[in-house]
Amino acid sequence: MTRVCIAGAGTIGSLYAAHLTRVAEVCVLTRRPEHARLLNEHGLRVSGRADFTARVYATTDPEDVRDADLVIVACKGGDLERLSEELAGRFAGATLMTVQNGLGAEDVVAVRGNWPILSAVTFMSGTRHTDDHVEYVLDTATWIGPYRGTTGADAEAVAELIRSAGLKAEAFPDLRPAQWSKLIFNATVNTVAALTGLRHDFHFAEGELGSLVHALVDEGKAVATAARVELREDPWEMNVHATQRGHAHSPSMLEDVTAHRPTEIELITGSLVRAAERVGIPVPLHTALYELVKAKEASYS
Amino acid sequence: MRICIVGCGAVGSLFAANLSMLDDVEVWAYDAYREHVDAINANGLRLSGAGEVVGLLRATADPAELPACDFGIVATKAMHTGAAIAATAHAFADGSVATVQNGIGNEEVIAEFVGKVIRGTTFPAGKLLAPGHVQWDVKGDTTLGPFEPAPAPFTEIERLADACTRAGMPTTAVADARGPQWRKVIFNASTNPVGALTGLSHGRVCERPDLRRLVSGLVDEGKAVAAAQGIELDADPEDLIDHAAKPEVAYHHKASMLQDVEARRTTEIDFLNGGIVRFGREHEVPTPLNQAIWALVKGVEQSWTK
Repeated sequence: MTRVCIAGAGTIGSLYAAHLTRVAEVCVLTRRPEHARLLNEHGLRVSGRADFTARVYATTDPEDVRDADLVIVACKGGDLERLSEELAGRFAGATLMTVQNGLGAEDVVAVRGNWPILSAVTFMSGTRHTDDHVEYVLDTATWIGPYRGTTGADAEAVAELIRSAGLKAEAFPDLRPAQWSKLIFNATVNTVAALTGLRHDFHFAEGELGSLVHALVDEGKAVATAARVELREDPWEMNVHATQRGHAHSPSMLEDVTAHRPTEIELITGSLVRAAERVGIPVPLHTALYELVKAKEASYS
Repeated sequence: MRICIVGCGAVGSLFAANLSMLDDVEVWAYDAYREHVDAINANGLRLSGAGEVVGLLRATADPAELPACDFGIVATKAMHTGAAIAATAHAFADGSVATVQNGIGNEEVIAEFVGKVIRGTTFPAGKLLAPGHVQWDVKGDTTLGPFEPAPAPFTEIERLADACTRAGMPTTAVADARGPQWRKVIFNASTNPVGALTGLSHGRVCERPDLRRLVSGLVDEGKAVAAAQGIELDADPEDLIDHAAKPEVAYHHKASMLQDVEARRTTEIDFLNGGIVRFGREHEVPTPLNQAIWALVKGVEQSWTK
């Protein structure tokens, strides 16, 4: 049986962990001992689009994890440095897969060891009710591609594993077109939601706010073009489509600012603004929103 | 001379109470806030802080009670201009009406209801402490001038400015009042919404170099829109922004728009950044940053009504 380690058990990590128990031996690496204890005692409950409780083994100590074939690095961007330190020197023989928002998570992990690395972005969403209960809200796919020392076939093997567990996944020979589509989508929608307090609803596709969203997407597309990335999907159409789903999603950055937590602004908009600088494309609107969200974080203290 | 203050909030009260101290001026105040009106009629209108004044005047929440007036001074929040002037216009059939409100576009609304309009900008500020009692935070100058499409006669503007000055509210009558008006609107539009969106005080906005650059980006767009209309600013709004950021001036000041957002009250964004965008479109000056800020603050307001 395939052995999978889920490193970081937030909403996304919990959804992978619970589903993968159906087809793999799953170990969950958590940051807090209390979290691990609850998972070991109660199992991990999934509600919403699925309804079951998975038995998982959880620990805070990577030493306790038996060797894994696949490590899904599923923590939030802000926790990535710390978690990568813990992975260093361990999991020889495993393939690592990052699923963080934005750009650059692969590189943070890659400098800590010579594992083969897969790159992924996920559109799944859920709500974490407690440490041992996650609600599965949107059953959208995870997109996977090779990054370092991996091939399209490796990506397809992991996509197949995830599909067999009951989640959606798709492999691509090059993930960048998909990753950039999502980057531009997140840099636009998450920041606007965080600054306005609006869930991702019809306001994002019409009127003055719709114009702003459109202009932000256009800036992102110009950067992608200059970086020679052909987008897989038009982020504006992704936006319109998402607002028509009937369920207004609350983007994670909105939840973060509401709870006065640090956001993923650096990994998302920060990486877009830096990429824009590298290719010499001005992005005044993304830069403005980047500064505003960082300032909003600063206002907590 | 009879003057009616339309909208007797903090700024309206500064004019009302001070003008009522003059022997040759009879002051009326129209306001929809009944407890405030009753308190003024019972005990007078008290100012404390930058000046101690108890003004005796007639206040009413019923526009039908207003007699014919020589002057109106509109001091409502900008989004209430239309309703307030529509209700009171009968009192100004022969009079001239000035605005001392925030933002741009108020004169246009007033001109829909009265024939002689005075463009105005005022810098004094305060806050309503309790019905009948206003804290006077800062003194400042007022500038009045004709509203070009429906101008009040200049002699009338001078007469009103003279009364205000004698009452302790230094006021200048000028041929073109757009310079100070645009300086203030650019100042407000470039700082208030940034505070409202981030939750930071004016001083904390200004000490973040990258955020301060965004403020300057907003200022530059406003200046370009003013220039396209042939408006010469009376001073650089940047100087006002830096001055206000000093610890002894307004470092800790929470922009009124931030206070509005925290209390979930409709903001004046349509008349600040929204006004700059509108005038920019008319004169084909791009204002992408002001447009973004306008849309974001409108989004904040929309998030309350879900």
